[in-house]
Amino acid sequence: MSDLFLLCWEFFKAGLFAVGGGLATLPFIHEMARNYDWFTEADVANMIAVSESTPGPMGVNMATFAGYKTYGIPGALATTFSVVLPSYIVIIVIAKFLDKFSENPHVIDAFYGLRPAVCGVVLSAWLSIFRIAVLTLPRFQETGAWADLVNPAAAVIFVLLFVLSSRFKRVPPVAFIASGALLGILFL
Amino acid sequence: MTTYYQLFASFFKIGSIMFGGGYAMLPVLEHEVVDRRGWLTGEELIDLFALAQCTPGVIAVNVATHTGYKKRGVVGAAFSTLGVITPSLIIITIIAAVLNNVADIPAVQSALAGIRVAACALMINTMVKMWKNGIKDWLGIVIFAVISLLAVFTDVSTVWLVLGALLTGILSFHSKREAEK
Repeated sequence: MSDLFLLCWEFFKAGLFAVGGGLATLPFIHEMARNYDWFTEADVANMIAVSESTPGPMGVNMATFAGYKTYGIPGALATTFSVVLPSYIVIIVIAKFLDKFSENPHVIDAFYGLRPAVCGVVLSAWLSIFRIAVLTLPRFQETGAWADLVNPAAAVIFVLLFVLSSRFKRVPPVAFIASGALLGILFL
Repeated sequence: MTTYYQLFASFFKIGSIMFGGGYAMLPVLEHEVVDRRGWLTGEELIDLFALAQCTPGVIAVNVATHTGYKKRGVVGAAFSTLGVITPSLIIITIIAAVLNNVADIPAVQSALAGIRVAACALMINTMVKMWKNGIKDWLGIVIFAVISLLAVFTDVSTVWLVLGALLTGILSFHSKREAEK
């Protein structure tokens, strides 16, 4: 039970400190994978894929997935409510008391500092996921041969999907995720 | 008069058809909240969107909470917020449950390995967007570099990194310097 409470607390923190939308929740969930045995880093990568290919805000999708992975349906409910509770409180307080919040120079300055930092923490989480998705570090450490550093099939799929997804921006992410699944079955 | 049910239903619809996040969901919001319901004007929605990006949490949730609060107060906000998260709860729970049951099948493991590679590739596009949006000058690059190094090579909690950057931003008096230019 206390573990469920801890899970809620971690997601409450994520909801409170994840600023800017999109992948902003990711570094917090990734940190949980490192600090607790609720889910693994590979699970986090799966969460991103599922969240990108299903409707709904990414932050909420990832929270629901992580909660389910940890404690089933009660966990999913707990994490989803915990991740939105800070928004609910903060938005109502701002709407009630702070007129022109987003025009306040201190708020603008704070976000001037925050946005690059969010890029930094997301990059760090991305590197960890890249490490397990494309690199084969355990084998490299064993043999020391540079050829064993990268999983060649994964690297080719990675480059292919990156080039296609950045060229064809109107194609929905779910198409690339599905192609990834298919190529995975064939070559990984 | 806007009912609680309308707030829940409209945001439920938004939650079940929007993908990803950020500006991609603006047309979906506009169609439902501005054109169909008339709860906000187009301008109000843009302002709200800017505000939602400057407040913690998921942007779509912030917009939902704010619209619900504006129309029907604290309870209205609860209904619109519940509306926008309920589709995720249902869809993701089903997918996670199915994945849990089939995860041991070798073909599924290969598919998941491929999916992780795809997610990794797609993230780069999102990160490029975040970079263009967030890093405007040399101080931005410095903050990015310092936070990246700390995040990759130390165990400092993300919360502290975010708070540190927030404080740096406030102390930079960026908007004052811009105004003096």
